Amino acid sequence: MLLLIDGVSRTYTDAHSTVHAVDDVSLQIAAGEFVAVQGASGSGKSTLLLMAGGLLKPDSGQVQVDGQDPYGLKPDARADFRAQNIGFVFQQFHLVPYLSVLENVLAPAMAVPGTEAETRDRALQLIERFGLSDRQQHVPAKLSSGERQRTAMARALLNQPKLILADEPTGNLDHDNADTLLGYLADFAADGGAVLLVTHDDRAVACAQRVVHLQNGRIDQAVASSA
Amino acid sequence: MTVWRLAIREIRHRKLSFLMGVISVTTAVACLVGAKTLLRADRVITDHLMQAKQSEVETAIAAKEESVKQAGAELEDAMRKHMKGLGFNILILPEEQSRSEMLLNGMSATMPESYVDKLGQSKIVTINHLLPSVSQRVQWPEHDREVMLIGTRGEVPIQHRGLKKPLLEEVAEGKMVVGYEIQKELELKVGDTVTFREHDFTISEVHPERGSTDDVTVWINLGQAQEMLGMQNLINAILALECDCAGDRISAIRAEIEGILPGTQVVEKFSQALARAEARAKAKETAESALAREKESSQAMLVREEQGRQHLEQQHAGFAAVLVPLVLVGSAVTIFLLALTNARQRTEEIGILRAVGLQARQIILVFLSKAAAIGIMGGLLGIGLGYCVGWSLGGLSSNQLDWQLLFATGDLLTTIISAPILALALSGIASWLPALMAAQKDPAVVLQGG
Ligand SMILES: Nc1ncnc2c1ncn2[C@@H]1O[C@H](COP(=O)(O)OP(=O)(O)OP(=O)(O)O)[C@@H](O)[C@H]1O
Ligand SMILES: [Mg+2]
Repeated sequence: MLLLIDGVSRTYTDAHSTVHAVDDVSLQIAAGEFVAVQGASGSGKSTLLLMAGGLLKPDSGQVQVDGQDPYGLKPDARADFRAQNIGFVFQQFHLVPYLSVLENVLAPAMAVPGTEAETRDRALQLIERFGLSDRQQHVPAKLSSGERQRTAMARALLNQPKLILADEPTGNLDHDNADTLLGYLADFAADGGAVLLVTHDDRAVACAQRVVHLQNGRIDQAVASSA
Repeated sequence: MTVWRLAIREIRHRKLSFLMGVISVTTAVACLVGAKTLLRADRVITDHLMQAKQSEVETAIAAKEESVKQAGAELEDAMRKHMKGLGFNILILPEEQSRSEMLLNGMSATMPESYVDKLGQSKIVTINHLLPSVSQRVQWPEHDREVMLIGTRGEVPIQHRGLKKPLLEEVAEGKMVVGYEIQKELELKVGDTVTFREHDFTISEVHPERGSTDDVTVWINLGQAQEMLGMQNLINAILALECDCAGDRISAIRAEIEGILPGTQVVEKFSQALARAEARAKAKETAESALAREKESSQAMLVREEQGRQHLEQQHAGFAAVLVPLVLVGSAVTIFLLALTNARQRTEEIGILRAVGLQARQIILVFLSKAAAIGIMGGLLGIGLGYCVGWSLGGLSSNQLDWQLLFATGDLLTTIISAPILALALSGIASWLPALMAAQKDPAVVLQGG
C-alpha cells in the first residue's frame, strides 16, 4: 500500500471552540491508484491531505507513505522524505513569484542534492511535456492560470515522487485546463504513481478510480463508490 | 537552483526592500567610517597646524633673537669704538674747581698726583682706566697762538683688576700729539719737529677732526707739562672710564670715589658717544624685552591654538560617540523591521518551499544570504561614502602626504577593514530573528487555503 491512513483524527482548538476537522478517517491508496476525496467546504479535505503529506501531524491515528511513517522522522528527515516521495498541487498554485517557470520547477531539487544536470534535463522534459517550453523563462505573474497550474504540476513531478497530493487543483481553472490537468494526474497514476485528489468538483471526481466522501470530518460510507 | 540564486532572484524581485536594507547598512557604516576618518583628519590637521605655528613662532623668535644679538653686538662695538680715545667720561677734579670757571677757561685748581696712585691701589669697581693729567690753556709763543696743553702720564693700573689694554698710550718725553686744527694750521705731520715753549718735540701722532676742544689740544708727557707749568707733583684732573654706561650710575661712582679721595668732585662728561651708546643700550633692552614678550605671547598663542583644536576634536569625538551608536542601533532596527516585513511577505513561498522539502536551515540560509548581500553592498558603499564625507568634512587636501598621515596610525585602516565585518554582523544579527521566524512557519497553515 503506498498511502496508508489509519484512523487519523485532527482537532483544531482555539479560545472559542473546538473543531473536529478530521475524525477517525482511514484510507488506503495503492500504487497506480487515483483516489478522489469529495466533500463540502469545511468537511476536512485539506486537513486530511496535509496529514497525508507529512505536513500536519494527526492528533491520533497513523499515516504511512510507502511503508514509512513521516511523523516518526525528525523534521529535517521528514522534509527530505517529502521531497523524495510526495508531490503537491494546490488550488492557489503556490509558485514562487520571482522565479521563472524553469526555476519554479527546479525548486524541489534544492532539497535533494543530486546531479544538477540530470534534474535540469528532467525539468526541461516536464516543461516540454506540459507545453510550457516557450514560457520557461516567464515569471508566474505573466502566466495564465492553466500555465501556472501546469508549472506546479511539473514541480510536483520533478523529484519523481510516488505520491501526488492535489488539493482542489482545478479550482481556479477553466474546463479545458482542468481536463488537461486531470489528464496528467491520471497519466501519473497510470504510470504507477498514487494520486490523492481532494475536491468538491464533481467533474474532477469523474477521473478518479475511487471516490471517498467526507462529511464533517468523517467518511460517509453510504456514498462511497468507485468509478 | 541554489539557495544563493534564490536569494538573488528575490533581491531583484523586491528591489526596494533590498535597497532600503543597503541604505541602512550604508548609513551605519558611513557614519562609523566617516566619524573615524573625521576624527583622524582632525588629528592630522591639528598636527599640521601646530607644526606650522610652532615653526612660525620659532622663526619669529629666531628673528628677534638675531636682532637682540645684533643690538648687543652693535652696543659692544660702539662702546669699544667710541670709548677708544674719547672714552673718558668721568672727570675727577679737586673740590674747589669751579665748573663754570673750568668750562670758560679750563682747569685751574690742582690736587696731588699721588691721588691717582691712591685710587689705583683702592678696591674701586665703578670706574676704570685712570689717567692723571694737567690741562691748561697756554700760549704757544713760537707760533703766536693759544693751545690747550694736556700732559698725560699714561694710565695708572687699578691693581686689584689686573692689567687692561690702555685706552690711551702714554705720550713719551719729547713727543707730542696734536689736535686737528693745530696740525692743519701749522701744517704738521708725524715725524716733524716743533719747538714748544723752548722745548723741542717730535710729532708722534695727529688726531683726526673731532669737533671738540681736542682739535686745539697738544698732548705731551705729564712730567714735562708739570715742569713747564710749574706744577710739579700736581695734577688738574684724573680721567676715568665708567665701567658700565647703562643706567644712572653716577651717584654710585661719586659715593665710591668720595670714600677714597675726600676733597674731590666727580663730573660726568657728556659725550655723544655715550649718548649713542646709551641709546644702543636702550635699543638692546627694547629688543630683549620684545623677545621676551614674543616668546611669552607666542607660547600663549600656541597653547590657545592647541586648546582650540582640542576643543574641536573633543566636540567631534563627543558627537561621534553619540551619533555612531545611535545610527548603528537605528540601522539595526530598520534592518530588523525590513527583514521581518520580508519574512511576512514571503510566508507563501516559504510554505511551499518547506512543503517541497526544503529544510528549516535552508530557509534561514535564504534569508541570511540576502542579509549578507545587504551587508557586503552596504558595507562597501558605506566605507566609500564615509571616507569621502569624513575626508571632506575633515578639510584635508587631497595630497599624498595627507593621505599617508591619515593612515599613519593603524586605527582608521582597522576601522575600514573591520567595517564590512561589522556590516555583515549588523545585517546578519538584525535578520537572524526574522529568518528564524520564517523558518519556523508551519507550511500547513500557509497551504491549507488551497
Ligand atoms: N488552522 C485552523 N484552525 C482552526 N480551525 C481550522 C483550521 N484549519 C481548518 N479549520 C477548520 O477545520 C475544518 C476543516 O477545514 P479544511 O480546510 O480541512 O476544510 P476543507 O474541506 O478543505 O474546506 P474547503 O473545501 O473550503 O477548502 C473547517 O471547519 C475549518 O474551519
Ligand atoms: Mg480545503
